[in-house]
Amino acid sequence: MFGMLFSIRSFVAKMSPVDMRDGFLCFQTSKYKLHYYETPTGLRFVLTTDLGVGSARDALQHLYSNIYVGLGVKNPLCPLGEPVQSELFRSRLDAFVRALPF
Amino acid sequence: MYWYLPFISPSASMHLMSSELFTLTYGALVTQLCKDYENDEDVNKQLDKMGYNIGVRLIEDFLARSNVGRCHDFRETADVIAKVAFKMYLGITPSITNWSPAGDEFSLILENNPLVDFVELPDNHSSLIYSNLLCGVLRGALEMVQMAVDVKFVQDTLKGDSVTEIRMKFIRRIEDNLPVGEE
Repeated sequence: MFGMLFSIRSFVAKMSPVDMRDGFLCFQTSKYKLHYYETPTGLRFVLTTDLGVGSARDALQHLYSNIYVGLGVKNPLCPLGEPVQSELFRSRLDAFVRALPF
Repeated sequence: MYWYLPFISPSASMHLMSSELFTLTYGALVTQLCKDYENDEDVNKQLDKMGYNIGVRLIEDFLARSNVGRCHDFRETADVIAKVAFKMYLGITPSITNWSPAGDEFSLILENNPLVDFVELPDNHSSLIYSNLLCGVLRGALEMVQMAVDVKFVQDTLKGDSVTEIRMKFIRRIEDNLPVGEE
């Protein structure tokens, strides 16, 4: 999945007149919609949803600021480059995604 | 003694805490490092390393809270550092001066430095860079947004100068590396 996302991102970067970070927002196929949010530090958040959903950008941003930063970054025992092991992170993330209006 | 009562305001996401506690904590940290390492150069290196580890995480918190976008050039970066970041974390706004002709080096002038309130350097620690943590923080944070910089103190009120001056130099842009095997 990373290779595909990276290619789409480079493609959008070449075509887009806007700053690249706002360039690639989402794409959809006949089965699902994929939302993408990237931070200047190179963190990438991907959310796949049903086709009926509008823009999940705010949700992804909220996810980043509150859940990832609050739990992953501020917890000094959480190593940065590796998959997140924290149970608290998983449960908060789970509750947040379930609570989304779509 | 002046205390900020801790409170959580509905409009601000930051808790106000006692600045004395912060200064005392930092002072205790430096004192302990001096005992552990015995020579000033090693203490400076440790402070820089600790600052670096703080910086790589602090940048995420900063971006999440301040919502600034990617900076287009080093001048914009300097502005964001002085006016947004320093204000957000230390409550001071340094001024930006002494731009090099190529636009890749500048100085931050801090009139007062909250880390050094009430601190005096004794004579046997004359090469200690007391606030070196700040250099590490700036270096670590900027590295996470793909900028390699060199940060150092050129003037320090603790050493008798009238202001504290931090010199920041842009070295190069760090390119995103593809993980091996993903081409």
